[in-house]
Amino acid sequence: MFDNFPLWPQRASTMAGNVDALYIFLLIVSGMMILLIFTAVIFFSARFRHRRGVPAEQIEGSTPLELIWSVIPFVVFMVIFLWGAIVYFKGRTPPRDATEVYVVAKQWMWKLEHAEGQREINELHVPVDRDVKLIMTSQDVIHSFFVPAFRMKQDVLPGRYTVAWFRATKPGSYHLFCTQYCGTQHSGMIGNVIVMEPAQYEAWMSGGVTGPLSATGEKIFAELGCATCHRSDSQGRGPNLQGVFGRPVDLADGRTVTADENYLRECILDPGAKRVKGFQPIMPTFQGLVSEEQVNALVAYVKSLSPAGKSGAAPGPAVAVPVRAAGRAVSKGSQVQ
Amino acid sequence: MAIENPQPERVNYLNKEYGIGSWLLTTDHKRIALLYLISITFFFFIGGFFALLIRLELLTPTGDLVQADTYNKLFTMHGQVMVFFFLIPSIPAVLGNFLVPMMIGAKDLAFPRINLLSWYIYVIGGVMMLHCMATGGVDTGWTFYTPFSTAFSNTKVIEAGLAIFVAGFSSILTGLNFIVTIHRMRAPGMTWTRLPLFIWAHYATSIIQILGTPVIAITLVLVVAERALHLGIFDPKLGGDPLLFQHLFWFYSHPAVYIMILPSMGVVTEIIACFSRKRIFGYSFVALSSIAIAVFGFLVWAHHMFVAGISVYAALVFSLLSYAVAVPSAVKVFNWTATLYKGSIHYDAPMLYAFGFLGLFTIGGLTGLFLAALGVNMHVHDTYFVIAHFHYIMVGGAVMGYLGGMHFWWPKISGKLYPEGWARLAALIVFIGFNLTFFPQFILGYVGMPRRYYQYPPEFQVLNVLSTAGATILGVGYLLPMIYFLWSMRYGQPAPDNPWNAAGLEWKTASPPPTFNFDEEPVVTWEAYNYDELDAPHKEEVPVAG
Amino acid sequence: MPDSSLIHGEVQNPALLHHFAEPQQQRDAASLGMWIFLGTEVMFFGGLFCAYLIYRLKYFGDFAAASQTLNAALGAANTVVLICSSLTVVLAVWAAQHARRTMLLGSLVLTIILGFAFLGIKADEYQEKFELHHVPGASFQFQKSIPGHPDQMANPQHAQIYFALYFIMTGLHAVHMIVGIGIFIWLLYSAWRGRFTPDYYTPMEIGGLYWHFVDIIWIYLFPLLYLIDLHK
Repeated sequence: MFDNFPLWPQRASTMAGNVDALYIFLLIVSGMMILLIFTAVIFFSARFRHRRGVPAEQIEGSTPLELIWSVIPFVVFMVIFLWGAIVYFKGRTPPRDATEVYVVAKQWMWKLEHAEGQREINELHVPVDRDVKLIMTSQDVIHSFFVPAFRMKQDVLPGRYTVAWFRATKPGSYHLFCTQYCGTQHSGMIGNVIVMEPAQYEAWMSGGVTGPLSATGEKIFAELGCATCHRSDSQGRGPNLQGVFGRPVDLADGRTVTADENYLRECILDPGAKRVKGFQPIMPTFQGLVSEEQVNALVAYVKSLSPAGKSGAAPGPAVAVPVRAAGRAVSKGSQVQ
Repeated sequence: MAIENPQPERVNYLNKEYGIGSWLLTTDHKRIALLYLISITFFFFIGGFFALLIRLELLTPTGDLVQADTYNKLFTMHGQVMVFFFLIPSIPAVLGNFLVPMMIGAKDLAFPRINLLSWYIYVIGGVMMLHCMATGGVDTGWTFYTPFSTAFSNTKVIEAGLAIFVAGFSSILTGLNFIVTIHRMRAPGMTWTRLPLFIWAHYATSIIQILGTPVIAITLVLVVAERALHLGIFDPKLGGDPLLFQHLFWFYSHPAVYIMILPSMGVVTEIIACFSRKRIFGYSFVALSSIAIAVFGFLVWAHHMFVAGISVYAALVFSLLSYAVAVPSAVKVFNWTATLYKGSIHYDAPMLYAFGFLGLFTIGGLTGLFLAALGVNMHVHDTYFVIAHFHYIMVGGAVMGYLGGMHFWWPKISGKLYPEGWARLAALIVFIGFNLTFFPQFILGYVGMPRRYYQYPPEFQVLNVLSTAGATILGVGYLLPMIYFLWSMRYGQPAPDNPWNAAGLEWKTASPPPTFNFDEEPVVTWEAYNYDELDAPHKEEVPVAG
Repeated sequence: MPDSSLIHGEVQNPALLHHFAEPQQQRDAASLGMWIFLGTEVMFFGGLFCAYLIYRLKYFGDFAAASQTLNAALGAANTVVLICSSLTVVLAVWAAQHARRTMLLGSLVLTIILGFAFLGIKADEYQEKFELHHVPGASFQFQKSIPGHPDQMANPQHAQIYFALYFIMTGLHAVHMIVGIGIFIWLLYSAWRGRFTPDYYTPMEIGGLYWHFVDIIWIYLFPLLYLIDLHK
């Protein structure tokens, strides 16, 4: 809208339209409600203002009226709830085959690493019209990755991965804010998401790269001696990691879990917690011996050993849900520009 | 204006004994209410001062008034002082303490000495908080999220946590006192369905106080222990879970917002009934709504955590329940509005505050629907939208109700009338100033300005400037009552026993009341809000004050 | 203060406070007040139990290992001590109700002694924990295998969480015990001064309620903290 006086954020992602549609619906419902109440109050207080000789009429109540104005709002609320739930579900379920970017938040900057290996600080370059999945963790306190133009927000926690996704629809540069208070420079922990046309993005990508993240991970895997136990011929003292990502794993304590990013991370930092059935508890912990970026690289490497991991199709960490097929999302009210 | 005092002054709770000892060692619930009034007003102005500094800083996009660390302390202490040392006690400890025994026909609360103890506990907590603020302050945000508060902040987290821990016991004891009083001390004939809705509201509030406050107490104990002893209960580096803190914290802090709003709803009910001259529409529904809000309020805490990393399914449950808790509040708004229908409406200052409440609470409550909608919450969580929402409820709602109640019962409390013209002006200034301060913040939030930011992108400046302008006006609106209430204590017209011809046992005794409230124990044979009897044609209409 | 309840010339119990109409009302109010207070205490401990429950489920093996370093025999002894003390409290309240002075004083003394016995045993346990470096903090050390899995060592960080919760929960309980002993010393003094009669023994009753509550908290703490996987 106005440049110096924005009344509405830009819409630059597929989710933005969905969120805006619900918001506008809420504005309309609220507007109607405000109109109703304000009109009634103003009208009644004028029409029934105190006049000498005209007493108030004592009305006990009206059960039918109470039921009406409990049930109707409740029904409206349920509509809002369902609509909101659908939008939320979609916003929290990354599509299959999304491009992955690993994010490490720290006081007070954003460190990003593309799966292809580019590293960025406080900036994220992405191509337009491509699903991008962010796999995020924090080195210290809780932060929150917020891009208003994408209507996307996800808290970034220390000690685990949280996941967010978006599909940018409009080239441009959009604010990135940290929106979970994290200390002195919380309001300085800002940056930009730069959405580029595919050709420009390719050009940017090819400038100065260290190699894909999974290759870095493979190097670390060798340097730390992981290969000694985790052999691909299944003769090792540790489980074979080929094809493990994205599949169910039977644990020694009887549970079965899905090997997602959080599971892989936990195995590196706290191997005893979810030991695989049939293996001895001899894996040492690497807590304190690897940085968050190195953990990301190792996770990316193990993922690359799976067909599922090659395009990041595992379910989001918090939920075991079937993932939507890739492709352009066309949903109620979305405005792809 | 000289005080006209043709009769010798009656003995009442104010003039019965003089001397600081008689106040500091009193067990009279009315005097204790005034002790609380002084203390919470003091903290209100401290919290307000921090707010002023915050809004001044936010006039410009760059951080130029204060440093980042100072700003972080300002918003933290603004929140802590306003929530724990002003809003939570406000109406219950002042108006509730004063009125609950009188409204039910009792001589005092069930436990007068515990009542005094609760004030001292509050004061001790307050002194600890002041000391903490004076010696460096705390910068964790009023929400104390871990691991920042336990392992990263360099400020006086332990002291602030302990101060709030102590103050929490004041709240618990007040709630305990009210519940026992309402159950056991009602005068003969005062059945549950004859109780004023102010009492129902305080009963519901007290339930939340006794069940919820201990949880934040133990949470603060854990935070203090973790910070002091480097434990790992909430620190992932030591095996702990930062989300556990959030669950424990919000388990209290969500019901806490109902502690802040329910009493105000009770006040508004009394005012609307009186100044419409009729019984509240749907008495039992309003009473039950208060209880429903108290119960449901305990089931929705994780709606503060939709993007915190909880599972999608948990989020669905909490969103659904949040809509459930919205229904009773909506029901109340409809009942208040319906009460106006075929009433006989007066526009005295208390009623203006009640109107203000209706408008602002409606807006605030509706924006709660926005926040409970998962799809919208993803975008507006932790932005100025949330700040606008809760200020509409807590300031536009709770504080308006508090001010309305102070005006309504001021003649009873002080025996003096406040100046009506100034009071109406103040109500108007507060309403205008409030809307100008907080409405732009809804827009700011949706365009994406995060909370707790002291510097921001330049395009957000215009909205911030509007907000600060409003805050200045709001500040004037709050200063005015301070001034004229004080003025009225010396120069105000003496108040009759019942200047509003209002229903309720408290109006059947002198203004100010005698120490034991009633010369003779009342026996109640009438329903609440018997305005038809009070306004019956054969009675000479008592002129309304002002 | 003039007492309006004397206006009509009734004789009243000196213990009746001015704002109550009759002793029954005062008794009911005191009783209800204490029950509500105990409700707040349940919520207070509840937060701790909740944290404990969550971590115990998450780190079961480590918690079992840590738990087994506690002396279950001493814990059981403490349980017996507290149950006996609840018995002496019941006897004391009965004695007050039936004006049996010797029994009243004796039961109160026994209660206090048992309370101190509990604290003494607790102090001994804490001492042992201190010596074993199981107190969370800079000098914490923990080397033990998970019960039932002799080849797997427990995670010391998770064990430290166990001990943190152990100390906070039992410590908070001990604080409540100390307050309880204080209350009972005051009750003993009042009883000795002859303050309690069959018509008025409310402080005994509500003091007793408090003591029983502290006992019940321990009855939950003991199995939760001391008896994890003892058979392994």
